[in-house]
Amino acid sequence: MKEDPGYFDYWPYENRPKIEWPNGAKVAFWVAPNIEFYELNPPANAQRTPWPTPTPSLPGYTVRDWGNRVGHIRQMELLEKYGIRGSISLSTALCDHHPEIIELCKERNWEFFSHGIYNTRYTYGMSEDQERGMIRDSMETIYKHTGQKCAGYLAPALSHSDNTLDLFAEVGTELFGDEGGIYTCDLFHDDQPTPIHLRSKKRFVSIPYSLEMNDTIAYVVNKIEPRRYGQQIKENFDRLYAEGAESGTIMCIPTHNYQVSYPHRMKAFEEALDYITGHDDVWVTTGREIAEFFLDNYYDASVADISSKQRTA
Amino acid sequence: MALDKSYFDYPHRSYGMDHDRYDWSMLSDRKQVQWPEGKKLALWVNVPLQFFPLNQKGEPFKVPGGMTMPYPDLRHFSLRQYGNRVGIYRFLKAFDQYGVKPTFAMNTRLAETNPYLLHRIVERGDEISCHGYHMDAIHWNGLGKDAENELIKKSLDSLRKLTGQDIKGWLSPAKNESDDTPDLLAANGIEYFSDWVNDDMPYQFRTSNGELTAMPLTTETEDHFVINGNKHSEDAWVEQVCDAADFLRKEADTQGGRILALNIHPWLLGQPHRIAKLEKALEYITHIDGVWPAYAGEIRDNWMSQQ
Repeated sequence: MKEDPGYFDYWPYENRPKIEWPNGAKVAFWVAPNIEFYELNPPANAQRTPWPTPTPSLPGYTVRDWGNRVGHIRQMELLEKYGIRGSISLSTALCDHHPEIIELCKERNWEFFSHGIYNTRYTYGMSEDQERGMIRDSMETIYKHTGQKCAGYLAPALSHSDNTLDLFAEVGTELFGDEGGIYTCDLFHDDQPTPIHLRSKKRFVSIPYSLEMNDTIAYVVNKIEPRRYGQQIKENFDRLYAEGAESGTIMCIPTHNYQVSYPHRMKAFEEALDYITGHDDVWVTTGREIAEFFLDNYYDASVADISSKQRTA
Repeated sequence: MALDKSYFDYPHRSYGMDHDRYDWSMLSDRKQVQWPEGKKLALWVNVPLQFFPLNQKGEPFKVPGGMTMPYPDLRHFSLRQYGNRVGIYRFLKAFDQYGVKPTFAMNTRLAETNPYLLHRIVERGDEISCHGYHMDAIHWNGLGKDAENELIKKSLDSLRKLTGQDIKGWLSPAKNESDDTPDLLAANGIEYFSDWVNDDMPYQFRTSNGELTAMPLTTETEDHFVINGNKHSEDAWVEQVCDAADFLRKEADTQGGRILALNIHPWLLGQPHRIAKLEKALEYITHIDGVWPAYAGEIRDNWMSQQ
């Protein structure tokens, strides 16, 4: 085990090279709906127990099933109303279980990225080959069902190994060259993209996927009220929009169709989306588009700037 | 280091669910439902009438709302009984004031030991469903199928005899089940159950003894979940259930009848400082155009007649 994963160097949030998003936007805004499949009877993992009560653990299982049966369409139609294409963090087994959802998202030109195969299969304890195989399976599944060359990764249930980001980037290159495996959502250290150190030296970037704005964190961990969540989203946006005048920022709302889509929560979410998209200088986009734009325009300058700020003792 | 290779077997990775209890479908793809007289939003107020034993065993877990202190936990025992002695009578007044038709999910043990309350509820003529034997009688695989069948049979036989009602509905304590629970419920004359919170509308659920109807009793807007679990204020609970009512009412304009299910506990919302909040929510909801206050069994039967 390491003291520090070594993915990124310290890079102060002042005096960075200025990022200018397309059309002078101050904020790159993206919504990342997690579309997940949790198994009723998943296999045991020594380091993490999938369900808090003996199977069948209905409260957790049935709420997540609700998300796919009821919640997905509500969220999808709401995002569509505000001109937002989702960047889906996908349990890729869902392509087999619920292809109707995949079709609906394909029709809307949404992005699909890998969130593992099932959200009840953890990376913990996998050998490097096993994890590589799981990641490859998930990326091939996305390609087979959507034709998309998976660009991004969020580890299943945020379960990682020391190799996760390296393996994802390497499998992406093997399968899709420079188009596959170019960004990660697993790191929460910044409000702007960060070049990530990988053993392969691949050009690879961390795209902010805010845990603080994540509906599950808000509703299940922090247990906040729907309208306070809506207010937090607006305030998060306000500050990033203001700072984006100096250098472009990123705002992400990670969602779950079994959280934000409940009838008692939709109103607050809609008000927040209406507020954000009502501003002129917002680039409403996807994870892949942000990653590609950064890699094409700012990656090299960022690497140089970071390097210049590593003072030796 | 490596995991056993079986960790990478995905035996259910195919179309539909990873079990065979019901077919996969999205609510938006299903046939639209029309409630009676052009109503749009069925209002199902579900009131658990519960008995939490002082000598709680807590198998396989301590039931939410149950005893948490070393024996004898008089604090929780008596506070739960408060609901059956005091809170419920505040509820009844509020229901009658706003024309709500409550469905009482009753622990059989409470019916056996509280004849006055039982009689009062029976006399009203509202629907009574079975909430299991008591709150510490949790259904789970550790019981074994035969013992669980005995538990269900005892719970239903006794409640049917005491109420004179042909009990058709079921809500498991803590919404917890074994793998056999649905099969055993169907074998014991149950028609609908409310443990699976995976839909906003009823659907048919397969058992080895014919189909049950799964009724959508959401946990997410329960008083206990919102106020005790999430620590939200009473006003925030009102706001959330009213927002839910508005949303579902509007959705019903384009997608057919919807159900607002409120599961509320007399020991919680029946407190003096909270009852006005329940009244406020009921006043708002029952004045929404197109609301249909109905019993769970009524909603279920009406839905079934359109399938």
